Amino acid sequence: MDNFTVGVVVFPGSNCDRDVSWALEGCLDMRTKYLWHESSDLSDVDAIVLPGGFSYGDYLRCGAIARFSSLINALDEFVKSGKRVLGICNGFQILTESGFLPGALVANKNLNFICDDVELDIVSSKGGWFNNVDEKQTIKLPIAHGEGRYHCDSDTLKKLVDNELIALRYKNNPNGSSFDIAGITNEKGNVLGLMPHPERACDETIGGTDGLFTLKSLILK
Amino acid sequence: MDQFAVKVFVRLRPSVLDPAGEATKSASIKLGAEGIKSLRIGKMIEVKIEGNGENEVRGKIDLLCDRLFANTVIEDYEYSLEKL
Repeated sequence: MDNFTVGVVVFPGSNCDRDVSWALEGCLDMRTKYLWHESSDLSDVDAIVLPGGFSYGDYLRCGAIARFSSLINALDEFVKSGKRVLGICNGFQILTESGFLPGALVANKNLNFICDDVELDIVSSKGGWFNNVDEKQTIKLPIAHGEGRYHCDSDTLKKLVDNELIALRYKNNPNGSSFDIAGITNEKGNVLGLMPHPERACDETIGGTDGLFTLKSLILK
Repeated sequence: MDQFAVKVFVRLRPSVLDPAGEATKSASIKLGAEGIKSLRIGKMIEVKIEGNGENEVRGKIDLLCDRLFANTVIEDYEYSLEKL
């Protein structure tokens, strides 16, 4: 695993790519490689992070244009092979727009852009993205989004609950998300999308380390 | 080849809360407009497109609407088509 490399995707308008890379390299001593959105060769990365930001200026809908990039086209095979993909904030929006995760992210209920620390309940340990093998845990992570209200129909919600695909729920739902959902996984557990930013919670001096475990778990098989 | 002007309307599904529409409704009432029962905001996309007849063009527009213009998890769409 010495050469384990995390690909950090850079779209025009991504703005958390360097934060993710800094957290992985500086806090976790992991190797990273920036992947330009036009690249479709994923052969030399072992996991992928779709970082936050405003890919393609959030034109049309958040994540809608990114879906048609060469990189996202190549992601299907990567995901099917069981490799891990983490979508943070705009990355989560891209994963829902592309159909890797169900539902959609729409404008916050109060229309505010919310930039705050939030408390989250870890609901499912599917995929091992969160350290909750013992019992229910609460973590604190920053959020920063205007369009983070998770929406899905009742059938999808039932499927999410029944199959334990809900990873994180807000304690005090800040944006009006259905069922307080802040993050979900796919059925296999190798794809996680979440609105909070784990990469901004990797160092005590900048407000906490509750994000470390999730980034570290990129290395899991 | 025929050319068509297409107007696509994309709307949030009725079951999806539209906070921007609610805020605009509230401002409309403050402006003094009376009787507003509901106000929801959508998008209109204008496309000029060529094709061999209306059926072929409808096929292309259906694909665009379904895969790109609208996210059918949260939005409905309809369109009108005019031969130029």
